[in-house]
Amino acid sequence: MEDAKQIEAFEAKIVSGVKIEPKDWMPEAYRKQLIRMMSQHAHSEIVGMLPEGNWITRAPNLRRKAILLAKVQDEAGHGLYLYSATETLGIDRTELLEQLHSGKAKYSSIFNYPTLTWADIGAIGWLVDGAAIMNQTALARGSYGPYSRAMVRICKEESFHNRQGYEIMMHLAQGTAEQKAMAQDAFNRWWWPSIMMLGPSDDKSPNSDQLMRWKVKMESNDAIRQRFIDRTVPQADFIGLTVPDKDLKFNEETGHYEHGPINWDEFFEVIKGNGPCNAKRLKDRKDADIKGRWVREAALAYAKKRAKEKEVA
Amino acid sequence: MADTQLPVWEVFIQANPGIAHKHAGNVHAADAEMALQNARDVYSRRSEGMNIWVVPANAITASSPEDQGAFFEPSNDKPYRHPTFYKIPEGVKYL
Repeated sequence: MEDAKQIEAFEAKIVSGVKIEPKDWMPEAYRKQLIRMMSQHAHSEIVGMLPEGNWITRAPNLRRKAILLAKVQDEAGHGLYLYSATETLGIDRTELLEQLHSGKAKYSSIFNYPTLTWADIGAIGWLVDGAAIMNQTALARGSYGPYSRAMVRICKEESFHNRQGYEIMMHLAQGTAEQKAMAQDAFNRWWWPSIMMLGPSDDKSPNSDQLMRWKVKMESNDAIRQRFIDRTVPQADFIGLTVPDKDLKFNEETGHYEHGPINWDEFFEVIKGNGPCNAKRLKDRKDADIKGRWVREAALAYAKKRAKEKEVA
Repeated sequence: MADTQLPVWEVFIQANPGIAHKHAGNVHAADAEMALQNARDVYSRRSEGMNIWVVPANAITASSPEDQGAFFEPSNDKPYRHPTFYKIPEGVKYL
């Protein structure tokens, strides 16, 4: 049984801004929620490599290819930081990956959309990474030490991702009519999913109060979404792309943009596994795991052999 | 053989000459050499350092939060360990 005194001391620590560290006492609900959130975040990083990896061999020039390679490599690193941070809560990476592969654990809804053209790579960096940064800079102030430290490191690296995406879109938008149409098309397809990836609206987001009090969540989904929209719309205007929302308007009084209705049915369908690419992403992930297995086995066998040679020498 | 994610190594990076190595994170690797290479790939992609240590995670022994009192509090009853404990007359220099 968790006694009231322990919870009181735990909450007092959080109020005073002291981070919770792996060996500190924490309520079971806190540990569980963090494992769920952090592993979902880790899975998103490595599943997110798949739609972008799709374009590495077809990047339009060497500069773009080198950039995309570096970005996808960063995402692998982010996955690693987050799995490591999750492991500090007493769960093994093997188990986390099993949860991903069996479909028990989720990853971000956004990666179940296809990358049809090169402009999609621009849209992902600009919009998807842009939305992720909004969320992650909030999480960096969270109460769990290892998660917050991982977020700080990740945010530093993400801003290059965000900028390179915008640069791709800018070049296309300033190009031929065909290139501009390609940029607009990618924008049309990624805008709404990017807005939705920040999570259900506050009235549909359960148990947020406790999570906010424990600083597992720092801001409501709607607050983060609003900031993302307010910052992104002028960026689109600047390069002459049109936000695919006929109801979008700026409210002079509040200083915020007001957006049209969000198709939450689509969001929940994608979460449930019925998005355009859910099955493909999961299959590719599992294949990568199976195909990589011999590498792990060989590395261990080689390490063993060398240790033996050292003993003899 | 059961599949494995390989043993964990903690990574410490020295950012500049003359300063202490600082904990950066960890990697999974089969042996020390592979751990060093992975650590370089993951933690030093943007000139974060000039030297890396990798240590098997299970070789580290840490104090625990419950021991915090017994471990660190005695320092507080020994203020004579701090220079501010001693009163030196004004005018005495270099002390």
